[in-house]
Amino acid sequence: MPEPKLLLRGARVVDPASGRDEVADVRVERGRITAVGAGLDPAGAEVMDCDGLVLAPGLVDLHTHLREPGFDHKETIETGTRAAALGGFTAVAPMANTDPVTDNAAVVHEVRDLGAQAGLCDVFPVGAITKGLEGESLAEIGEMVAAGVRVFSDDGRCVPSARVLRNALTYARAFEDVVLAEHCEDASLAEGGQMHEGYHSYSLGLRGQPSEAEEIVVARDLAVARLTGGRIHLCHLSSARSVELVRRAKAEGIRVTAEVTPHHLTFTDDDLVTYDTNFKVNPPLRTADDRDGLRAGVADGTIDVIATDHAPHAVEEKEAEFDGSPPGTIGLETALAAVLTELVEPGIVPLARVIDAMSPLPARILGAAGHGGPIEPGRPANLVVFDPAAEWTVEVPFASRSRNSAFLGRTLRGRVVHTVLRGALTVANGKPTR
Amino acid sequence: MNKHLLSMHDVTAEDVVRILDTAESFREVGTRVIKKVPALRGRTVVNLFYESSTRTRISFELAAKRLSADVINFSTGGSSVSKGESLKDTALTLQAMGADAVVIRHSSSGSPYQLTKWVKASVLNAGDGTHEHPTQALLDLYTMREKLGRLEGLRVAIVGDVLHSRVARSLSFGLVKMGADVTLIGPPTLIPPDAPSWGVQVSYDVDGALPKLDVCYVLRVQRERQRLEYFPSVREYSRLFGLTRGRVGALPEGALIMHPGPMNRGVEIDSDVADLPQSVIEEQVTNGIAIRMSLLYLLLGGSGSEEASADA
Repeated sequence: MPEPKLLLRGARVVDPASGRDEVADVRVERGRITAVGAGLDPAGAEVMDCDGLVLAPGLVDLHTHLREPGFDHKETIETGTRAAALGGFTAVAPMANTDPVTDNAAVVHEVRDLGAQAGLCDVFPVGAITKGLEGESLAEIGEMVAAGVRVFSDDGRCVPSARVLRNALTYARAFEDVVLAEHCEDASLAEGGQMHEGYHSYSLGLRGQPSEAEEIVVARDLAVARLTGGRIHLCHLSSARSVELVRRAKAEGIRVTAEVTPHHLTFTDDDLVTYDTNFKVNPPLRTADDRDGLRAGVADGTIDVIATDHAPHAVEEKEAEFDGSPPGTIGLETALAAVLTELVEPGIVPLARVIDAMSPLPARILGAAGHGGPIEPGRPANLVVFDPAAEWTVEVPFASRSRNSAFLGRTLRGRVVHTVLRGALTVANGKPTR
Repeated sequence: MNKHLLSMHDVTAEDVVRILDTAESFREVGTRVIKKVPALRGRTVVNLFYESSTRTRISFELAAKRLSADVINFSTGGSSVSKGESLKDTALTLQAMGADAVVIRHSSSGSPYQLTKWVKASVLNAGDGTHEHPTQALLDLYTMREKLGRLEGLRVAIVGDVLHSRVARSLSFGLVKMGADVTLIGPPTLIPPDAPSWGVQVSYDVDGALPKLDVCYVLRVQRERQRLEYFPSVREYSRLFGLTRGRVGALPEGALIMHPGPMNRGVEIDSDVADLPQSVIEEQVTNGIAIRMSLLYLLLGGSGSEEASADA
């Protein structure tokens, strides 16, 4: 498809990779950025007036569930990447807990090809660490690396045995830039847990899972990373003490990165008092102190990445009894707005740090070379343009096939206007182009 | 009063007094030869029971019938519920049939809250998971007030598996609301760690507590296997926390022994103790009907109730 020439005029360009934060025009031709500067010549280009808007490198989601193959009643790669594009993403990393599990190169190729066919967002599949996510024998990590995979995870579960994790981290050292991403949860402490264990779980009569269920595994994983010298990434942290453990490990030189979701940065266990299953997520929403600790972790860079953990579930699955409803909230379409509203607007985290956590850093971990900026001539044109002042209320319909959003009914500030994937608009004026 | 009764947090202290006073007036109905008043004639009450509980269901059924309401029983055995229909679809069906009140018992905490999203009827929580059982708490408050003349300042111990007990939760919230002095007693593994934030005290010593009590409220011990990770054996439980014959003499004269039923005689309470004159376990059952009449009447009486109030 021949991409038109675009001139994105007059946006505030926020580009953490180059350190740029100034009003400029950006010209895009044949999929690449060809010029960045003031007063660029519009000749022959479609001019998009971006006055008052922010232009940043396209967002990169390090933690997505696209559900295909196997669970296309919840989401497909097409609907999921359309939701991603609407949220300003140009790359997503779907987790391996599909059916079949993404534990071999064939499934990797299938998922990536379906993404390419949809053409809405680049898809970088995450490979399983162990075969079938069983936590026992190693998946064919080398073959998947050859197929382009850089991040491996048994997400949804934790690698239960320190020995297996040790072997996986050690084995992965044979390959450059491979990262193992851990869902930190001690199964015995968390078993049956419907929400954070605390005042609310006891008064709601819901079985809780304590923060320690996460912290124990964070501490274990950091120790195993130290033992092996391997690179580990800790998914969706939920507890302030986990952040503190990561902070100390980084000071010690352990090769660790960490992530947090927009919903853990926004909500607390207070939000569960009406048994609304959209707030049932895993790990659970914890206390205000935890949320504040997570925010501080993003601010000081202890938490590198903000990722959605977009977890679509069908309406009838979520509209069940609380303990029978699967955990998860969708998040691709609300992530940027939620973070702008909760972190940037109140002055807790500067805009450039938020962009860094949602684009260059996840792109680097994912090995997504064309993503994350810098916004410079010659680079692939993967960009997002958003209006930081636009207020909107989250409501159905979503582009996602599911609508289990914890943000339903909430008013957010900040809305994606255009998304550009390799020079082509996937979203123009807030609407998907395909 | 709220439209629904989902939790003891839904009622104020004034509401509790009104509910108990109304129950008082209905209790007499149960002693008549013809045990029926026309207060809810033409109204429909549905008992939606996802968990078997003969006692609570019959109590609600009798209460509704004594008020002349039409009663429909949906239970897991013989309706679409057992065919895997979702709670939502069952709720929509009841809504379409014009239910005025839905009494729900469910093993999942919070189900009554979800039900309120789908039906226009008043929802009464008849026990949800390990959350609450407010009608049990109210009949217990009624029984205490009737026997001891007051609730404020009463010293009540709730003994047993508080962690998994919906009765203990509702009763604690209710007693604290009415100004009673509540102590939760049991193995530390079965007491919620943050219970003091409910306004109650916590103790692990039954013998130390008994001489200072007005009411000793004994909870049922669940004997299922999974409970065994919380205490070593039923025998040890009984020895440390059971209301035994040897122990019961330490209760002051006039103190009540209560139990929500069904009892495990010989486990949390000795058989002889359950049959002592100060044990009011049967009165609890009798009072349950009056309390449920009162609640159905008050929750449904609000709309189109002229005839009802004239007849009551």
